[in-house]
Amino acid sequence: MSEVPNVVPALPELFLASAIMAMLMLGVFQPRDTAEKEIKASRLISFLSIITLILAVLLVSTLSGGRLVTFQNMFVSDPFAVYSKILVLIGSALAIVISQGFIERHAMARFEYSILIVFATLGMMMMISANDLIALYLGLEMQSLSLYVIAAFQRDDTRSTEAGLKYFVLGALASGMLLYGASLIYGFTGTTNFDQLAQLFHGGGDSEINIGIIFGIVFILAGLAFKVSAVPFHMWTPDVYEGAPTPVTAFFSVAPKIAAMALFIRVMIGPFGGLVGEWQQIVVFVSMASMALGAFAAINQRNIKRLMAYSSIGHVGYALIGLAAGDETGIRGTLIYLAIYLAMNIGTFACILCMRRGDRMVEGIDDLAGLGKTHPMLALGIVVFMFSMAGIPPLAGFFGKFYIFIAAIEAGLYALAVVGVLTSVVAAFYYLRIVQMVYFEEPVDPLDKPVSRDLGLVITGTGLVIVLFFVYPTPILNGAAAAAASLFGG
Amino acid sequence: MQNFPLLSLLIFLPLVGAVLILVLAHGDEAVVARNSRWTALWTSAINFLLSLFIWVHFDTTTADFQFVEYAVWMPAFNINYKMGIDGISMLFVLLTTLLTPICVLSSWECIQHRVKEYMISFLVLETFMIGMFCALDMVVFYIFFEAVLIPMFVIIGVWGGPGRVYAAFKLFLYTLLGSVLMLLALLAMYFTSGSTDIPTLMAYRFPVEMQTWLWLAFFASFAVKIPMWPVHTWLPDAHVEAPTAGSVILAAVLLKFGGYGFLRFSLPMFPEASVMFTPLIYTLSIIAVIYTSLVALAQEDMKKLIAYSSVAHMGFVTIGTFTLTVQGIEGAIYMMLSHGIVSAALFLIVGVVYDRIHSREISAYGGLVHRMPAYSLIFMLFMLASVGLPGTAGFVGEFLILVGAFKVNTWVAALAATGLILSAAYMLYLYRRVIFGKLTKDSLTAIGDMNAREIAVFAPLVVLVIFMGIYPGPFLEVMHVSVTNLLTNIDTALNAGQAVAVAGR
Repeated sequence: MSEVPNVVPALPELFLASAIMAMLMLGVFQPRDTAEKEIKASRLISFLSIITLILAVLLVSTLSGGRLVTFQNMFVSDPFAVYSKILVLIGSALAIVISQGFIERHAMARFEYSILIVFATLGMMMMISANDLIALYLGLEMQSLSLYVIAAFQRDDTRSTEAGLKYFVLGALASGMLLYGASLIYGFTGTTNFDQLAQLFHGGGDSEINIGIIFGIVFILAGLAFKVSAVPFHMWTPDVYEGAPTPVTAFFSVAPKIAAMALFIRVMIGPFGGLVGEWQQIVVFVSMASMALGAFAAINQRNIKRLMAYSSIGHVGYALIGLAAGDETGIRGTLIYLAIYLAMNIGTFACILCMRRGDRMVEGIDDLAGLGKTHPMLALGIVVFMFSMAGIPPLAGFFGKFYIFIAAIEAGLYALAVVGVLTSVVAAFYYLRIVQMVYFEEPVDPLDKPVSRDLGLVITGTGLVIVLFFVYPTPILNGAAAAAASLFGG
Repeated sequence: MQNFPLLSLLIFLPLVGAVLILVLAHGDEAVVARNSRWTALWTSAINFLLSLFIWVHFDTTTADFQFVEYAVWMPAFNINYKMGIDGISMLFVLLTTLLTPICVLSSWECIQHRVKEYMISFLVLETFMIGMFCALDMVVFYIFFEAVLIPMFVIIGVWGGPGRVYAAFKLFLYTLLGSVLMLLALLAMYFTSGSTDIPTLMAYRFPVEMQTWLWLAFFASFAVKIPMWPVHTWLPDAHVEAPTAGSVILAAVLLKFGGYGFLRFSLPMFPEASVMFTPLIYTLSIIAVIYTSLVALAQEDMKKLIAYSSVAHMGFVTIGTFTLTVQGIEGAIYMMLSHGIVSAALFLIVGVVYDRIHSREISAYGGLVHRMPAYSLIFMLFMLASVGLPGTAGFVGEFLILVGAFKVNTWVAALAATGLILSAAYMLYLYRRVIFGKLTKDSLTAIGDMNAREIAVFAPLVVLVIFMGIYPGPFLEVMHVSVTNLLTNIDTALNAGQAVAVAGR
């Protein structure tokens, strides 16, 4: 193999990798002997990281043509990858934007922070583009290792280090399961390539699928379910979300989740697409359980970050409905859902980051009491996000659920759809409780006043996306439709 | 003229007003409050004039949808923005546009904190309500139908009484639970027929066994909204805790969503299932009429009493709707309109004394006639209209419904008629306790009669309730063609279904 592989499909990744190394060098050689200079260096690198991510979005969108493979078929770039990568890149960029104020105040302002985020993003992009079990694993580990470090980034805080350790131990376990599943698949089929696997299982395979393959799929499913934090592999989520620094939680709840969800879809629909009958029931169960747990377990939460953790478990459950449907409509629904979820979640976390009192972060739901009087615009933002998460029209969250349920009904998954809508009513309860705190209660001890400009911009931007989605939904719908079609076209 | 998007203007004008208040009203609190009030009043008043204009140009000789607007919205899904009105929705739109300025005016003085947010909520609510009545696409309909919950939740939760949080949650979760089942039914219909266009779906024939499920899912939503016994329990709570204007909108317009939904969806789209479930509707309605009337008799709280009387009146509406006779359905629509005006007025009447004494307990009053003669007169008029005295709006609807019911099922008519007697009992009893007797309570000795603003609020309602009682012609004329057309279509569908069944043997 002396010929040079075609690098064009992987151009965004290569660009990102070189940019990271350049920034790392730049960061290292910045003067950082005082705290002020440290902050200055971190600002510079954060700014450059955001620029890099934006450039990567542009690079990715130039690839939106057809399906391109390279590196001996291990790497694929198709509209599905393009769509998911854009979401992930936007999520990461916004996460860095809302982080800066926090890390400066909490003595976390080291330039490695944003570099680690970009590193994780690179891993995610490789996951999304993986066309081989080994490539998949490489991307996944690159992402996960960066995430473990970021979770523990607040070194002097026991909660943060605990979160990092917990995430690492459980994450390593999940990676192990996934790897074991991959080895089973390889052992029973003799290949790790997605295209070859897909051909092998084409048309439902034969009636007798080897039990080893089923085991392999189940293990891979378990590993992926862990990464998207779906029930019953969700246990780490509330602890890690609560313990990790808030902007890190914001990042965790969007970019890695979207990437893992995209990977989940690619693996299930691509190589194992022919075996829908084998894995559909598992996904249906996982989805139902996630929605139910996300709805019921959050009711008693008093900490808003824990609440958001359960809420995100519930949202994963909804997104999985689309995968359970296992057809183009379903995947389209899931992709739309992920885009809307991104906007809602980043917006909500930007609001949570505004919850400071006496320059200290507060995380209790009760701390929001009377926000409507003290911070009318921030309150409006939170309320919009909460109603959207509850899925009340005309906000975007409703449309996310709407497209998902269309798919469920079309695929004949009535039970799943009914569980979905009923749990959404239960979930509405705790979202409404936040609205209650914000508008119905009297302010006790008001939060700090000026909302920083970065956060204000992010809240306004995501809030407008949520409120105005219904006016012109076509771009997202078309993007998702093209992405979903590309998975089934080939 | 036909190309001008009149309905969209009607729907979104209040929203424009709300955005104006949101963006422009800043600074000193008193100034903001005054500006918000005036902006809301002007916007809703202009909207009312606009709806009158539409009424004038409404063609009562056709059952087709009029002022139809169409815009491509989500082409990938074949879901489009489509608006239009027919004889059934026209009057509901008028009811909504009439009551919003009245609500704004009635809240002029009693809402003193967060006036800006209050007025925004009401204008947004108006947009959603009109949109709901005008929508000709299922998905658009659903969006407006459920979106109403947001402003309503806020109105009850922020400006309500002591138990407002509980009431707001109950209202929201009850109605949401009903609506999400309807959402699934909508999707199933969309999947079966490939369209979300309401006129298309009205002509589409769903398989009978599927109709049963769809009907039940829609029933879950509309029964909660109307509300029917036994899912009515959110209504008394919501009414008691809501601010006066919130109760007014809730009773006058939101409850009509259910009745309108039955007429727009259940009857024309699932005729077989509707016939099949008619006994269920009759039973639940009669229980509602008799049971809630008795409950109303025992109430100590004025607003709760009126709330229960609303449930009883809505029982009449559902009976009338499902008689599938011209009289019954026209009576049901007429009753919804008159109930919209009468219950709105009754809640406003409670609001007048509540603003003065801050109590809704019946026992806190007595002998008001000595201090408030004008108030007593207006109260009497609406009390009698609620009872259904001939010459008031309430009579026409009840009479038509009973005629319709009598043609179909004598027992239903007879049992429903007992509701009339009971309603007379609880309303007269209420009136006696509040208005007559000696004025002994110290708190009432200085109570003043209605001021000019309050009279201005009631004046249009008084005129309307008498006019609708004496001369119902113009209103019945608007709905007549549409109702007959609806019944013809149902008959055709039922006969076709029978013909198929016979041929299949």
